[in-house]
Amino acid sequence: MLAYRAGKPVAAGQFLAEAGRLAASLGPGGHVLNACADRYRFAVGFAASLLAGKVSLLPSTRTPEVVRQLRRFAPDAVCLTDESDCDVELPLIRFPESADQAPAPRAEGAPRVPSIESAQRAAWVFTSGSTGAPVPHEKTFGSLISCVRVEATRLALPGRPAHAIVATVPPQHMYGLESSVLLPLAAGHALCAERPFYPADICAMLAAVPPPRVLITTPLHLRALMAAELELPPTELIVSATAPLSAQLAAEVEQRCATRLLEIYGTTETGSIAARRPTAGSAWRLWPGVTFETRGAETWAQGGHIAQPTRLLDVLEPTGAGTFLLHGRIADLVNIAGKRSSLAYLNHQLSSIPGVVDAAFFHADAPEADAVVTRVGACVVAPGLDAAGITAELRRRIDPVFLPRPLLLVPSLPRTSTGKLPQEALRALAAGQQKAPPAEA
Amino acid sequence: MSDNVSTLRQPAGSPGIDELTRELAALIVQALNLEVPAADIAPDQPLYGEGLGLDSIDILEIALVVSKQYGVQLRADSDENTRIFASLGHLAEYVNTHRTR
Repeated sequence: MLAYRAGKPVAAGQFLAEAGRLAASLGPGGHVLNACADRYRFAVGFAASLLAGKVSLLPSTRTPEVVRQLRRFAPDAVCLTDESDCDVELPLIRFPESADQAPAPRAEGAPRVPSIESAQRAAWVFTSGSTGAPVPHEKTFGSLISCVRVEATRLALPGRPAHAIVATVPPQHMYGLESSVLLPLAAGHALCAERPFYPADICAMLAAVPPPRVLITTPLHLRALMAAELELPPTELIVSATAPLSAQLAAEVEQRCATRLLEIYGTTETGSIAARRPTAGSAWRLWPGVTFETRGAETWAQGGHIAQPTRLLDVLEPTGAGTFLLHGRIADLVNIAGKRSSLAYLNHQLSSIPGVVDAAFFHADAPEADAVVTRVGACVVAPGLDAAGITAELRRRIDPVFLPRPLLLVPSLPRTSTGKLPQEALRALAAGQQKAPPAEA
Repeated sequence: MSDNVSTLRQPAGSPGIDELTRELAALIVQALNLEVPAADIAPDQPLYGEGLGLDSIDILEIALVVSKQYGVQLRADSDENTRIFASLGHLAEYVNTHRTR
């Protein structure tokens, strides 16, 4: 089976037939923003785009500001959607409702699988630059596929037996694209269309597909799953990424679910490049062929499926041939539940709001705090504006997970004599303001 | 912190919907570390987006609290889910109907 939708199997022949039909209706443009929420439809859209020689656009968020920048990047872009209330300001192509309900074409032997050139540009993914414009990163079909083939080997999922792969992450994110869409397609496993959210949904979705099963998820969902104290259907393998898992939670998951838990390390620019089993040790093992180069304080990754040397935005310590330890994010990076941005980008967006004189985002928790989710706060100097108005304007520009908590209006920012803005000073300013007793009327 | 929660829960009988609404508001403010005082969250105020400004990470957090406190497992695969989080009042109604503790 190539996929399961609502627990019902979908054969490869049907998938290919649907992709072929959709490819013919994507219009003349060269770019498709694939916004399908249903993972199977996303996969059909991705394959159809490949067949039609179009490039999938995969921004991490679709706020009006991001879409405006995408229109500038690819003026011919259309948006493929399977949701009736899609508000993306691009020409919309509705995923054909009937397509995936049509009976599968009569199987006449094995379906003919079209071949795609390895050099074909399959997708553009984006990271937030520091100047406000997203930075595009090219993904060729070959680099994507060679990466997930290594991943399949490292996760010990060679393809036999075929596993059903359930995922709580969106297909548009690099981790979700690789692990929940391309890995099943390339290694002969079945992807599951749904994206379960609550612990009870995850259990129900796993129970709806036959074993052996894999769960692709995040520390956030795993923590909720453990806290809910539900019985997880037997699951051979659980994969976690987007943020490091605490050793304690990893051990609890393996014990209570009688499973293997592996973590993947990757970035939007490079895709996944390393994995580890946290209960077996804290060191990560790089994909074969991928190497690190230390340039001053920076670590760059290269080789393997990585097209060009890429600076990694984490503090990494190589510990031997192909292994390393992860020591945390570099100061500017913001990663909230797998959504990535930078303080510089967020500051730029905040400062661009008319009426904002000076502004700075900060990590709401100190780096040493071991929080599952660390939010960002912001101090804003904006005489004449109120917090609600600034938040509303920010909502148009940045993903909501980055909306500042707290957003504090202050008379001035705590700059040092050299003009620097230490994160600690911003946190202290915020803590002081929040703890101040409310003024009595 | 858990003391605050337990004092809010009155042991005698099941609390009325108004009481449950206030209790939920306090739990949400505490779990999410929100700046707004619990009393300021109106029962008809949207929790998502423009209202209280919660996102899916928060919703997962609330689901966790609700399952622990009331034994209610939320499910997203029903149309109910959108309605449940439409406002604090809707959430309270749902919890009131489905609570096991």
